[in-house]
Amino acid sequence: MFELLGVPPQALMGQLLLGLINGAFYALLSLGLAVIFGLMNVINFTHGAQYMMGAFVAWMLLQYAGIPYWGALVLAPIIVGATGIVIERLLISRLYHLDHLYGLLLTFGLALIIEGLFRQQYGSSGLPYTNPIPGGQNLGFMFLPWYRGWVVAFSLAVCLVTWFTIERTKLGAYLRAATERPELVQAFGVNVPRMITLTYGVGVGLAALAGVLAAPIYTVNPTMGSNLIIVVFAVVVIGGMGSIAGSIVTGFGLGVVEGLTKVFWPEASATVIFVIMAIVLMVRPQGLFGTPR
Amino acid sequence: MAEALLQVRDLHGWYGESHILHGMSFEVARGEVVTLLGRNGAGKTTTMRAVMGMLPKRAGSVRFQGRELISLKSNQIARAGIAICPEERGIFASLSVRENLMLPPRVKDGGLEVEEIYRLFPNLRERSASQGTKLSGGEQQMLAIARILRTGAELLLLDEPTEGLAPVIVQQIGNTIRMLRQNGFTIVLVEQNFHFAATVADRHYVVEHGHVIDMIPNAALEANREKLKTYLGV
Repeated sequence: MFELLGVPPQALMGQLLLGLINGAFYALLSLGLAVIFGLMNVINFTHGAQYMMGAFVAWMLLQYAGIPYWGALVLAPIIVGATGIVIERLLISRLYHLDHLYGLLLTFGLALIIEGLFRQQYGSSGLPYTNPIPGGQNLGFMFLPWYRGWVVAFSLAVCLVTWFTIERTKLGAYLRAATERPELVQAFGVNVPRMITLTYGVGVGLAALAGVLAAPIYTVNPTMGSNLIIVVFAVVVIGGMGSIAGSIVTGFGLGVVEGLTKVFWPEASATVIFVIMAIVLMVRPQGLFGTPR
Repeated sequence: MAEALLQVRDLHGWYGESHILHGMSFEVARGEVVTLLGRNGAGKTTTMRAVMGMLPKRAGSVRFQGRELISLKSNQIARAGIAICPEERGIFASLSVRENLMLPPRVKDGGLEVEEIYRLFPNLRERSASQGTKLSGGEQQMLAIARILRTGAELLLLDEPTEGLAPVIVQQIGNTIRMLRQNGFTIVLVEQNFHFAATVADRHYVVEHGHVIDMIPNAALEANREKLKTYLGV
């Protein structure tokens, strides 16, 4: 079997798969952030905590109600999305007339509160969640665990459905138009405040969906979101704030870049995304797929 | 005058602390084309936005088909059957021409079908896949008018539809407004160009300092030309 720069193919493909899995989470989370920022101009720092809530709700559904993974995949995003709707109506909606910074500070504070509550209740050592699709396939050059393959394929499908909805449907046209001129879209007869609330709920639901997908791979832990969210924000900045296609492409792409860096220069793997972010900010501040605001 | 479709009484409007409308009162009968004439800053556009519910604060009375609209939000006013074509056209850059055209939801039966709109404005069919803001100024104005014709709204608020356009396009917009009138639409038109207004309107309200100071029927426009010139400062 071939070697690349002295790296055996098993190691290369293994890291590539790991990169794709991380990329799937980056894409799903940054997609939710992009949807929320695009319409609401809110930088939703609570997103990591809402991802964590998705994983915890899946764990609770299994633990307390006996509802398995496949039920949680549907129910957890709905439940966590509903909490997002309450947060938007009660708190975030009061800040729309203020600078973006206030929304960021509010959602950052909420993230700390939510994380603190979960840590208080469940500790920080992490809770296990059973893999719903055990086993895998030896592909010759690597072993592909079924569940990890499912995460990549399902995340990609969700991303494409979200992209199609926003870019190719009437609902998506309302969302895009409301991003530009919300008061005019409302004057055409569309209930824009309700649309904003539902959009936030859907964005939060996407974070929770990523959390359910993550539960069998990582331990369900109150800090699992805060560990990930900084990288996801870097992905959003590189892709372009509010860009749907940018979130998907850079999410998967940067996951792979990170994975490959682990093979060729392991010490740099934790920082490579931030180095790319700094370069993109200097060369193209609106991001690779973004438009200047 | 025939039955009033729109009755505006003692309408006040504010932007923040600035009191812009000081008791606007006027009426528009069903099937009429009425203009609001006045100098820059007189309050014409603000009146349109106030009727449409797009001002942050307003008071007074706006009745449409006998129904009071003053406490309604703009989406509810649109659903009542009023549509606006804003001054700066409001074409969405992230939407194609066709998406811009199809954006406003149908609020009532009786709107024009897309095919009828494309017959009226053939350029829009040819460029339906283009980005909305890539159209010329005249085409964008056509699109801004065309998209509210689909909705079924009976009252159209057209804010300076001829602003910045070439004479040949202005003529085309004049033809469109006359056609709309023949089709039974009621129109309130904000204009600074009273030569254009005279070719399309039944009556003219002159606005100054946020209220109506005179009403001139189009038939009496010639006799009042000097007075109107003084009002408008031309």
